[in-house]
Amino acid sequence: MENAEVLDRIKKNFPGAVVEESRFRGESWITVTKNHFLELMKFLHDDDLLRFDLLLDIAGTDYTPGSPRFELVYILFSMEDSRRIIIKLKVNEGEDIPSVTHIWKAADWPEREVFDLLGISFSGHPDLRRILTWDNFEGHPLRKDYPLLGKDFDEKFDPDTIEIV
Amino acid sequence: MAEAKTMTLNMGPHHPATHGVLRLVLELDGETIVKVTPHIGQLHRGIEKIAESMNYQQIIPLTDRLDYTAASLNNLGYCMTVEKLLGIDVPRRAQYVRVIMGELARIMGHHLWLGSHALDMGAMTVVFYTFRDREMIMNVNEELSGYRLTPSFLRVGGIARDITPDFVKYVREFVKWLPKALDGYHTLLTDNIIWRKRTMGVGTVSARDAVNYGMTGPSLRGSGVAYDVRKALPYSSYDDFDFQVPVGENGDVYDRYLVRMEEFKQSIRIIDQAIENLPDGPVKVDNPLVSNPETDEVMQDISALIRRFKIQCEGPAVPEGEVYHSIEGSKGELGFYLVGDGTSKPYRMKIRSPCFILTSALPKLLVGHMIADVISIIGSIDIVLGEIDR
Repeated sequence: MENAEVLDRIKKNFPGAVVEESRFRGESWITVTKNHFLELMKFLHDDDLLRFDLLLDIAGTDYTPGSPRFELVYILFSMEDSRRIIIKLKVNEGEDIPSVTHIWKAADWPEREVFDLLGISFSGHPDLRRILTWDNFEGHPLRKDYPLLGKDFDEKFDPDTIEIV
Repeated sequence: MAEAKTMTLNMGPHHPATHGVLRLVLELDGETIVKVTPHIGQLHRGIEKIAESMNYQQIIPLTDRLDYTAASLNNLGYCMTVEKLLGIDVPRRAQYVRVIMGELARIMGHHLWLGSHALDMGAMTVVFYTFRDREMIMNVNEELSGYRLTPSFLRVGGIARDITPDFVKYVREFVKWLPKALDGYHTLLTDNIIWRKRTMGVGTVSARDAVNYGMTGPSLRGSGVAYDVRKALPYSSYDDFDFQVPVGENGDVYDRYLVRMEEFKQSIRIIDQAIENLPDGPVKVDNPLVSNPETDEVMQDISALIRRFKIQCEGPAVPEGEVYHSIEGSKGELGFYLVGDGTSKPYRMKIRSPCFILTSALPKLLVGHMIADVISIIGSIDIVLGEIDR
C-alpha cells in the first residue's frame, strides 16, 4: 500500500475526520479531529490492511499564543509494510484527550510525560501521574511561558541561613 | 486463618544493579513479585528544554549525554534529523565514517551491557574482559576527537574533520581482535550452567506483547521480531553493507543475551566493510549555510571569514517545518522529533528514547518472578538512565 492509499482508506472509513494532510521530506502528516480521534486510532491499529502495530512516541508542542494552544503528535509504525505515519491532533488549553493506552500499552509513559511537561490530561489513562518531575512540582516545564532558569539561579546566598542575599 | 499480606520493598534509586538511578517499588508475596511501580526522573536534566535555547550545532554535545554508553549513535540520530529538516545529503565518505563510529559505539554499549549484566548476577570475570576491549574503542575515539567517552565528533552536515591514518589502523586492529575476544565471552557464559539457569525462561515476553508495549531493539528481537531500523528504513548508506539481523525465539533473558552477542559480530562485519571500502571525497556537505569554510579559505577570503563568523555565532540556517527521524540505537529505536521555526534554534525537540519505553514495560516482565530475577531482567533490557530521564 502506498501512503496515498492509506490516506484514502482513512478518509473512506472516517469521512470528515481528516482536517489537514501534508507530506514533508517523505513523511505523511495527518491532522485529525478530536471527535473521530479514538475510533480512528483503533482503526489504524486493528485494520487488516493498515496494521499500525507499533506506537513509537507521543510528542506535544506548545504553540502559544496560537489557538488551539497545543499540538499532539502520534508517531505510528507498521512492521508489515515498514511504514511510518504521523497523526496530529490540535488541543486547547484545559481540554481532555482520550487515552490510547488500551490500544497500545506503549502509550502509558509518553502520555504521562505529556501530562507532566505540558499539562495536557488524558481521560481513561490508568495511572496519570507526573513522571520526570516530582509529585508536588509546580508548573509544566515545556510550556513556552515556563522560564529556562529559576529566579535563584546563580545568586549569592548566605551559607548559614541558606537565604539569598 | 492467617491473613494474606504482601510486603513492599523499595529497590533503588542507588542500587548498583539498577544501572543508574532507577527506583522500583516492589510488592512481594513471599519472594514472588505481585506488583511493580518504577519511579524515574532522578537524572532529569531538561535536555529538551535546554535545546530550545541553543543553536543546532550546540545541541550535539547534549545528545552525547543521553545514552552515554553509545554516544556517537545519539549524535548520528540528532544530526540526521536536522539534516532531514534542512533537506541535505551528507557526502558518502562522511556517511561511512559515521557508520563506523556508530557501530563502534554500539559495540561499546554492548560491552558495558555484557560486563555489568554478568557482574550484577555474580559472574565477575566477564567485566574485566569487556572493559579491556572497550578501552580499544575509547582509544579510537580519542585519536579522532580527543574525547574518549563522548566524542561529539559528528556535525550537522558531516563530521568535524577528516579521519587520520592512525584511526584506520586502530579500527583494523580492533576488527581483527574482537572475534577472538568474543569467543572468550562465549566460553565464560553461553554454556555456563549457572548462567543458563538464571536466564532461561526468565522475563519471557511474547512477540505480540513486546510490540504492543513498544519495545524495540535487541529486546524486541529476542522475542523473534526482526525489526531493525537499519534494515526497515535504511539510512546513512546502511543498504551498502551486508549484515544480518539476529533474532531469538523464546523472548527470555537468555535469548536477548544471544541476540546481543550476535550483534557484536554483525557490527564488526559492518565496520570491516565500511573501513575497507571507504570512499574518497569531502567529509562535509558543500552548503554555505551549514558548513564552516576551511581554515585556509578563511585566511585568504573575506567572504569566507564572514561566513564562518555567522555560522559560529548564529548556527546553521534551518527552515521552518517539522520532521521525525529515527535510527537503530544500541538499545532500540532512537528517534528525534524536531520542530523548526525558521531560526537557528529548534522550537521543540522531542527525543524518542528506547530505554524510556523499555522501562515502562518492566512491570509486564517482572510480575510473577522471584526477587532475584529482578536483577537479571533489568540487565537484559539494557537500560541507561541518562536516556530515560533526559
